[in-house]
Amino acid sequence: MTWETVIGLEIHSQLRTKSKIFSGASTAFGSEANTQACAVDLGFPGVLPVLNEEAVKMALRFGLAVNADINKNSIFARKNYFYPDLPKGYQISQFEIPIVGKGTIDIILDSGENKTVGITRAHLEEDAGKSIHDLYDDYTAIDLNRAGTPLLEIVSDPDMSSAKEAVAYAKKIHALVQYIDICDGNMQEGSFRCDANVSVRKQGEGLGTRAELKNINSFKFLEKAINIEVERQIDILEEGGCVVQETRLYDSIKNETRSMRSKEEANDYRYFPDPDLLPVAISDELLVEIKKELPELPTEKKLRFVDVLGLSTYDAEVLTSQKEVAEYFEKMTNQGADAKLSANWVMGDLSAALNKSQLEIVDSPISADELFLLISRISDNTISGKIAKDVFKLMWDGNGSVDEIIEKQGLKQLTDSSAIESIIDDVIANNPGQVQQFKDGNSKLLGFFVGQVMKASHGKANPKQVNEILNEKLS
Amino acid sequence: MHNLTVAEQIKGLKNKDFSSSELTQHYLNRINDSKLNAFISITEDQALSQAKEADKKIANDESSILTGIPYAHKDIFCTQGIKTSAGSKMLDSFISPYDATVTRKLNDENMVMLGKTNMDEFAMGSSNENSYFGPVKNPWDISKVPGGSSGGSAAAVAARISPFATGTDTGGSIRQPASLCGITGIKPTYGRISRYGMIAYASSLDQAGPMTRTAEDAAIVLNAMAGFDTNDSTSVNKSVPDYTQYLKNAVNDLKIGLPKEYFSEGLDPGVEKVVMQSIKEYESMGAKIQEVSLPNSVHAIPAYYIVAPCECSSNLSRFDGVRYGYRCEHPKDLNDLYLRSRSEGFGNEVKRRIMIGAYALSAGYYDAYYLKAQKVRQLISEDFKKVFKKVDVIMGPVSPSAAFDLGSVKDPVSMYLADIYTLSVNLAGLPGMSIPAGFSGNLPVGLQLIGNHWSEQLLLNAAHQFQMRTDWHNYSPADR
Repeated sequence: MTWETVIGLEIHSQLRTKSKIFSGASTAFGSEANTQACAVDLGFPGVLPVLNEEAVKMALRFGLAVNADINKNSIFARKNYFYPDLPKGYQISQFEIPIVGKGTIDIILDSGENKTVGITRAHLEEDAGKSIHDLYDDYTAIDLNRAGTPLLEIVSDPDMSSAKEAVAYAKKIHALVQYIDICDGNMQEGSFRCDANVSVRKQGEGLGTRAELKNINSFKFLEKAINIEVERQIDILEEGGCVVQETRLYDSIKNETRSMRSKEEANDYRYFPDPDLLPVAISDELLVEIKKELPELPTEKKLRFVDVLGLSTYDAEVLTSQKEVAEYFEKMTNQGADAKLSANWVMGDLSAALNKSQLEIVDSPISADELFLLISRISDNTISGKIAKDVFKLMWDGNGSVDEIIEKQGLKQLTDSSAIESIIDDVIANNPGQVQQFKDGNSKLLGFFVGQVMKASHGKANPKQVNEILNEKLS
Repeated sequence: MHNLTVAEQIKGLKNKDFSSSELTQHYLNRINDSKLNAFISITEDQALSQAKEADKKIANDESSILTGIPYAHKDIFCTQGIKTSAGSKMLDSFISPYDATVTRKLNDENMVMLGKTNMDEFAMGSSNENSYFGPVKNPWDISKVPGGSSGGSAAAVAARISPFATGTDTGGSIRQPASLCGITGIKPTYGRISRYGMIAYASSLDQAGPMTRTAEDAAIVLNAMAGFDTNDSTSVNKSVPDYTQYLKNAVNDLKIGLPKEYFSEGLDPGVEKVVMQSIKEYESMGAKIQEVSLPNSVHAIPAYYIVAPCECSSNLSRFDGVRYGYRCEHPKDLNDLYLRSRSEGFGNEVKRRIMIGAYALSAGYYDAYYLKAQKVRQLISEDFKKVFKKVDVIMGPVSPSAAFDLGSVKDPVSMYLADIYTLSVNLAGLPGMSIPAGFSGNLPVGLQLIGNHWSEQLLLNAAHQFQMRTDWHNYSPADR
C-alpha cells in the first residue's frame, strides 16, 4: 500500500527587536535569571501592554517578502491558560485577524524542481518565560527574562509531502528571516523553533488525523522526528488502528515521539480580543516605506546571479541559500573577482573545509577578502589554480596571508618565458620518442609534455604559457 | 477647615490662612475618629511628610494649583511602597513596586495622600459589602450602604474626612456611591484618564475620575488627572481643556433629554421626585427639556454582565499565588497552588464573575455570549449617538433607590439590576456624572448627567450652574 505524507510547519521566529513586544525591557539572551523582566513582563497588577512598533515593522517585512496579504487592521487576542512561566495567565497573541495573511515561498526539491509552499498566516505574539525543572529537587525554577520577547509565528499550509521537503521549507524560511534581518536564526538559543503537523493518508484520500510534533531544535531533528512519526502512524494504520489527534514531544536521544497531551486534554484557550490594545492599523505609506527598506530577497538575488553574473541556476541557488554565504560570495565579486571562479572556490574548497571543521561561514578562518586575494593571484598569474589549493590549505591553518605564503614558500608562478622555454627545451630533449609520436599525430601527448614541464618547474610554471610555448616548439 | 471645598482650601493655603500640614493633620484626626471603615490604609507618616514638602513649595512660591491639598486614593491605584489591595485578601500583602499614572500625576502636584480607601473587591459590587476589609458605612445613616465600588471614597468625601477622593467607574462605581452619599462624581469619557497602574477589572469599561463635594472641585481635580499616557494604549491623545474655564457659562439654551426608559417601573418614587424637581430647576434656568428614547438600554444589564466578567476572568488570571499576593499554605503541587490560592484569596462575588466570564468565553459559547454582548454594546452606542443629535445632555436617576440597608440585598442578580441606569454609559464609553439633587427621606439622591464623548466641560458646567442655584451639595451628614 502506498502512503502519502502531509506536513505543515509552525515556525516561531524570535524577532530581533531591542526591547520586548509590550514593554521596554531588553530582549538580550543569556542574562542572569529574572533581571530582564519589568513590571509589565512580570504581570504586576495594573500594568498595561504598549505595542513595540519595531516588531510590527518586522512582521510586515516578512509579509512583504512572502508576497502575503497584509491585514490593515489586525487584532491582538488573549490566549488564556495557567502556567507559572506565563505571568499574566494569558499570552497576548493574534487569533482571528493576524497581521500577515496568505503568502507563498518557493523551495527547490532534490529533483531540482521548484515547489511553491503556501503560507497560511504569520502573527505576532509574546513569548513566555522558561520553567527550569532540573535546578532544584523539589521546585521548578522560573526565569521570566524571555517573557514578552516578540515572536512571529509563521504557519505553512499542509503542502510538504516528505521530511526532506519540510526541512527544505524550514531552511528557506530560516534563510529568509535572516536575509530580511528580523531574526538571528539561532536555533540553539531558541530564536527559531519548528513544530510539525504530520499526518499520513492513502493516495487520493482526504487528510488523515494529524499529530503535532514539538521540541524540535535543529533541522536534523526535524527530519528525523517527521520520519519516525510517519513510520509510527503508518504502523498504526496498517494494523487497523486509528491515529489520535495529539501533541507529541520529540525525544532526540531515543529518536522517538511520545504523547504530551491529547485533543481532549487540550486547553480551551478562551481567546478574545485584548481590550488593552487597539487594532494594529497599517497605513499604505508604512507599507511603501517598508517595501523600500527591504533588502534584495534570496529569489531576487538568485535571479541576478544567473542573469548578471552568469552563474548556473544550481550555483546561484546554493550561494543564496544562506545570507552569510551570499554575503561572502558578493564581497569577493564586488572587488572584481571572477564570479564563476569565486563560486567554485566558495562552494568547493571553502565549503569542504568548513564542513570538515564544522564551522559556519561567518567563523571561517579565511575571510572573503583573503579568498578574493587568493583568486586574484590566480587571475594575475602569480600562482596557478593548482598551487592555489595548497596556498588555501596553508592559509586555513593560519600560516599567514596569501602573499606571505606565496613568498615564504617560493610558490610564485614562473612567468618568465625564457625560463619556461629552457625547461621545455630540456623536456623535449629528454623525450625524443614522445616528440616523434606527437609529430606523427598523437596530439593527446601534449598533456604528457605539460605534465613533465609542470613537474620540472615544481608546479610553478604558468600553465597557459607552457601550453603556448610547447605548441610552438612541437609544431 | 473640613467644611471648605477644595477650591476654598486652595485659596486658604495661598492666603496662608492655614498650612498644608495643619490641614493634613486635621483630616488625619478626623479619619482616626471616624467609624465608617472608609479607609483600608491610612498613610499618616507619608501624608505628613508630603504636607511638609508642600508647605515648603508654597513658601518658596513653587507650588501648583493643588499643592498641599489632601486627598483619599481608592485602593485600586498602585502606590509605590504602599499596600495596594483592591479590597482583596489576594492583595492584602501586596506592596506596589510602582506608581499608577494617576498617582504620579497627583504626586507631581505635591498633593497629600491621606490613605487608601475601601472598595468592593476588585471593584466588583454596588454596596461596598464585597470588601475583604469589611463594608463601609454610609455617613448619612450607618445602617445603610455607601454604594460601590468606590464606597470608601464616597463616604470619606461625604463625611468630610477627606477634601476629595479618587474613584473608578466600570459600571457606575463613581456615580452610584456619589449619589448614595450625596457628593459629586464624574466618570469621564473612556480614554480621558490613564488606566496604567489602576488594577484592571474590565479593561474596556474601567475609567477613573474625581469624587468631590462640588462640580468646581471636580473640574479642578479632573484637570490634574486627565491626559494622554504613552503607557496606556487606550488613553486618547487629545488635549485636555481647562475644565474650570467653562463652569460659568450660561445654560439657558441647554437641550436636555429625559430617556423614557429611565423613568419606568422599578424607580423609587422618592428618587423620581428628586430627579424631576432638579429637571424643573434646569427648566427654570432656561434649559429645554424633551423626552428621548434609548430603546436598547434594557439590554445593558445582560450585555454588561457578559463583557465585564469575560474581561475580568482574564484580567484576574495573574493572581495565581506564584509571584506576589496571597499564596495558600503548603501547596501539594502546581494545581493545588492555583486552586487553593485563588479560592482562598478571592471573595465570592469575584469568583462568581470569573466563572461567568470563563464560561461565556469558552469554546462553543463565545459567539452566543461575548460576541452577542459586543453587538448589543454597539446598539447601545448607536442609541446614544441618535439622541445626542437632538440634545446636549441626558439627565435621569443614577440609581433606582437611595441607599439601602447593609446586608439587605442577598441575591446577586437583584444587586446587578440596580446598575440599570449607569451601565450603558460605560458600555458606550461616554462621560457621566452624579450630583447631589435632594433627599428621599433622610438619604441623599443624585441626579445623573450623561454627555456625548469628550463633553466633560459641558457636564461640569451644567452641574456647576445647578450648584450655583441649589445647596444640596452643601448638606453635611453632621447637620442631620
